[in-house]
Amino acid sequence: MEYPAVTMKNVSYAYENKTVLDQINFEVPKGAFMGVVGPNGGGKTTLIKLILGLLKPDQGSINIFNENVDKLQDRNKIGFVSQKANAFNKGFPATVYEVVSSGLTATIGYFKFFNKTHKDKILHAIDQVGMLEYAYENIGNLSGGQQQRIFIARALVSDPDLIILDEPTVGIDYENVKRFYELLNQLHQKQHKTLLLVTHDTGTMTEYATDIVCLNKTLHFHGKPEEYTSLTEKDLSQFYGHPVNIVSHNH
Amino acid sequence: MLADFFQYDFLRYTFLTGLLIGVIAPLLGTFIVVRRLSLIADALSHVTLAGIAFGLMAEKKFGLMIGPLYSGMAFSVLGSILIEKLRSVYKAYQELAIPIILSGGVGLSVIFISVADGFNTDLFNYLFGSVSAVSQNDFLMILAIAIFVILVVVLFYKELFTLSFDEEHATISGLHSKRIHLLFIVLTALVIAASIRIVGVLLVSALMTLPVAASMRLAKGFKQMMLLSILFGELSVIIGLISGYYLSIPPGGTIVMVSIIILLIAIGIKRIKIRV
Repeated sequence: MEYPAVTMKNVSYAYENKTVLDQINFEVPKGAFMGVVGPNGGGKTTLIKLILGLLKPDQGSINIFNENVDKLQDRNKIGFVSQKANAFNKGFPATVYEVVSSGLTATIGYFKFFNKTHKDKILHAIDQVGMLEYAYENIGNLSGGQQQRIFIARALVSDPDLIILDEPTVGIDYENVKRFYELLNQLHQKQHKTLLLVTHDTGTMTEYATDIVCLNKTLHFHGKPEEYTSLTEKDLSQFYGHPVNIVSHNH
Repeated sequence: MLADFFQYDFLRYTFLTGLLIGVIAPLLGTFIVVRRLSLIADALSHVTLAGIAFGLMAEKKFGLMIGPLYSGMAFSVLGSILIEKLRSVYKAYQELAIPIILSGGVGLSVIFISVADGFNTDLFNYLFGSVSAVSQNDFLMILAIAIFVILVVVLFYKELFTLSFDEEHATISGLHSKRIHLLFIVLTALVIAASIRIVGVLLVSALMTLPVAASMRLAKGFKQMMLLSILFGELSVIIGLISGYYLSIPPGGTIVMVSIIILLIAIGIKRIKIRV
């Protein structure tokens, strides 16, 4: 039997006394490309942190491929790409190769060194995101879009089944966002990776995602992109709690 | 010029010790700089001073021959663990741990020094380094520390790099970030204690950061930066020790000035590179 990539059952979480997530129930089916949308402060990042095991739910349970997230033995099943293109220290003196190699550190394990197979894997991951010619450049010399590709490569190098992305396209220009989604689409279609993507960029995302959830403390919508795009502005305003303009990129 | 350094035992041990710290100080310094922890080295060196003062006081007042190198090392390692504790107490203001530990170190030093009614020359050597302070026993101890530090860095290189580049990602991928960090801080404490004989309390953090600052301008990638830092560290120590000896200046001063000259040259080279 094939287990869902993520199963959340009655998950609630509060910071101090402020409830951020209330009784969340949903599954990310294996092989899905799920987009998570919702207003700022709606609990999207908290959701990601819970799935990654950085926070523990006050209530409910989270399973990754049918294993409780706390007891998850094989953490390589999850790859994570954060908003790093903006946040990381641009002057950090490391080559693309070195950055991507850090994605294998935990996989290889303590007291072991990189061997030929690992080196090939690293170069392969860099190649997959189309950055092979930059492999030995300092990462600080690359553009934001290129850096974000490198962080995808770092997530890919340990060959995870589930890749979680937290607003990876923030601060990247439209052309590169498009290329970025093409890359995600490829990982989804050709390599059958399960993707969970948090984004504000609903316009482009609906073109590629297979499932969409809308989160604002509770789960307000869970369905197919067609259903999501057919929602009226009135429906969306209800989810978001304020008027919403649907931004379309179909130009 | 080097002849004296091979002729006299005490100079030979100083020179060999210098070569060792020329490797281990920039080696750890690379991680310290990229993790923005440069000031921790300063705090720990002042705690080490308290340990040294304690050792000297115990010797003078109570006839306890602990040896200032050992008491300095013990204080430094304890201080490093304390800094980590404080950093977890003040999560939002982690840098507060540094002035707390630094001033604590100086405060304790003053107390131990005055209880012992002052130490005159010995203390001066510990502050600014000395070419004649390394005994055979000291050298062997520092050799052991150097071997241990290099071994641990080689064994944990990939973990240390991963943690330095992105702590959050390291934790998510299942590394024991906290334990690795603690190991790293303890190593730093050991290196500081080992370096103090040569460069002195006040300048030990310079030997950990200046060569790194210079190589950062020139290197491509982290490993290259590390190797270049060690090269600059060795150059500074060798030129600094020899010139310090012949000019009768404490080597701490000359080593740091050589490091600064190297740093200036590195910045100059980078400028020329950019123009070309």
